[in-house]
Amino acid sequence: MTTDLYAVTVIGHDRPGIIAATTAGLAGLGLNVEDSTMTLLRGHFAMMLLCRGPVGADQIERALAPLADDSGLDVAVRAVTDGPATAGAGTGWVLTVHGGDRPGIVSEVVGEVAAVGGNITDLTTRLAGDLYLLVAEIELPAGVDADSVTASIREAAARVGVTATLRASDADEL
Amino acid sequence: MIPPGAPAGAERLAAWTEAELGVQGRVRDVVRAPAEVLSTRGADVDPTAGEVVQLAADLVATMRVSPGCVGLAADQVGVSARVFCVDVTDHPKTRTHHGTFVLCNAEVVASSRNERAREGCMSVPDLTGDVKRASRLTVRGQLPGSGEWVEVATDAFEARALQHEIDHTDGLLFLDRVAGAHAIYPRQTYL
Repeated sequence: MTTDLYAVTVIGHDRPGIIAATTAGLAGLGLNVEDSTMTLLRGHFAMMLLCRGPVGADQIERALAPLADDSGLDVAVRAVTDGPATAGAGTGWVLTVHGGDRPGIVSEVVGEVAAVGGNITDLTTRLAGDLYLLVAEIELPAGVDADSVTASIREAAARVGVTATLRASDADEL
Repeated sequence: MIPPGAPAGAERLAAWTEAELGVQGRVRDVVRAPAEVLSTRGADVDPTAGEVVQLAADLVATMRVSPGCVGLAADQVGVSARVFCVDVTDHPKTRTHHGTFVLCNAEVVASSRNERAREGCMSVPDLTGDVKRASRLTVRGQLPGSGEWVEVATDAFEARALQHEIDHTDGLLFLDRVAGAHAIYPRQTYL
């Protein structure tokens, strides 16, 4: 028995039943859904799931073909390899940026994260009226001076007229 | 500022009402993000000054006419000053409470027992977010009008409301404290 791992992405206009139909097709092939994430962006459905099972990518595509044919969804299947779970050597931070909307806010601010080798592990942006909001989870490499990164992020935010807050993503040990 | 002598406690705060201010509150417009005033730390104020007394009355009046509103800070009505009002009396998540009150130059003295809960804000009407806040809290601040220092311990929803409002006086929104990238939500219902 193989243990092939596949990344399945489904994107398109939202309607009830997309996840039910997708997972029914996968379950019918004996695939096990492992990690997944799904969200709605203004009525646009976006999902990616990692599933594992002894089948080929072409079989998965055939099983999910009705989703594309009947619902106009974009479905993609690709074989992936097991990556490292998490590096774990760095430090975790939550970055919040908000202010008046304008082009270039994300690139200006996250450029400072990339400049020190920081990795964004989760990202949400929202435009609500003229309020633009970015919340990102960031892993900074061990040894990076967080105060210095905070200062450079704040300067970058100021260049595009927004404010930025970087704080440790503390987990309460119980 | 260091309080002269021991500050008053919970009984004094609970006994306070806006009638002590002696002026009629006026309803003010509430500003919304991305207004710069919301991201700016407010100025410390003289709680005995006439304009601060009027501001305190206006905050209470504006809170009262706003459905579901349990607190309002001066920067939310466009005034960059460290003043806010709170009244969580009728909220179902309230345990300890001190009725309606206004505090000036308030700060957190002690906090513990963080709990995560979803918050909204009149100044961020389209979003809500999960925020961890202390559920046991001691705060210190000055009453408008008399300028008396009070220091009180509280818990649960009043503790959360006080931290949210003190954050406003420091130029912070709940957006600056959301628990993570997937802890922000489009608002589902409007009060």
